[in-house]
Amino acid sequence: MQTPEERGEARLRLEFEVTGLDFATAGSAATRVKRALEHVGFSARAVRRAAITAYEAEMNIVIHARRGLLKVCVAPEAVVIVAADEGPGIADLELAMQEGFSTAPEDVREMGFGAGMGLPNMRRCSDHFTIQSVVGRGTTVRAVIKNDQVGGRGRGV
Amino acid sequence: MRLEQVIKGLALAEVCPGTGVEREVSGAYCSDMLSDVMAHAQPGDVWITVQTHQNCVAVAMMAELTGVVLTRGMRPDPEMAEKASREGVALLTTGLTSFEVAGRLFCLLRQERGEC
Repeated sequence: MQTPEERGEARLRLEFEVTGLDFATAGSAATRVKRALEHVGFSARAVRRAAITAYEAEMNIVIHARRGLLKVCVAPEAVVIVAADEGPGIADLELAMQEGFSTAPEDVREMGFGAGMGLPNMRRCSDHFTIQSVVGRGTTVRAVIKNDQVGGRGRGV
Repeated sequence: MRLEQVIKGLALAEVCPGTGVEREVSGAYCSDMLSDVMAHAQPGDVWITVQTHQNCVAVAMMAELTGVVLTRGMRPDPEMAEKASREGVALLTTGLTSFEVAGRLFCLLRQERGEC
């Protein structure tokens, strides 16, 4: 599927630098993404799915990587979220995508992170989801969330 | 049921008095794992937890939760209280356990719906 980004039709681009282990400002990028999507009139369901995806992507960088970039591209019909980090990379992507698998350190788990649900959450909330990783270099995830015009504020994502 | 009715019914203490009390409570989700909350809590739920750090505020915002209830006498970190106040997220505390809060709230919501 060709995205608005690739067709050059994006109306709004946002870019956030995310720093590893910076728990104090973690979540601020996702919060701004959510507000921007609300502002441009995305459906409640699409806003929530994109917000959760952006938050999980941001937190993965904070927890696992040295640093990363969260790039968001908004068009009327969809939002594209790309999170590219400089970090340890993921050796076994299939395993990493399984719910419950986590490599988060113990101190981070005590904060309630590391449930092994971040990547599965992102995939579940996205209409298209891809992940690429090189061990020792970093990981890039890309998620596309469509703006469903008729989507109301129903229960569930 | 509005949050203020839940606060009264369960005798919860408000960290930022008045914040978000008019919002509707549709249900609740009880968990201390953040991604579990993001995956399974529903918009309008209150989140019952013992997590007390500031990242929980962003989780509540992203998942569009009505409020956060800290149980078993847990107090929010100062950064959590400050962020909740700034972002308008209702933050409540109680000496009850998560089990007790969930049980009482379950009954309260069912009574309102005439189901028990």
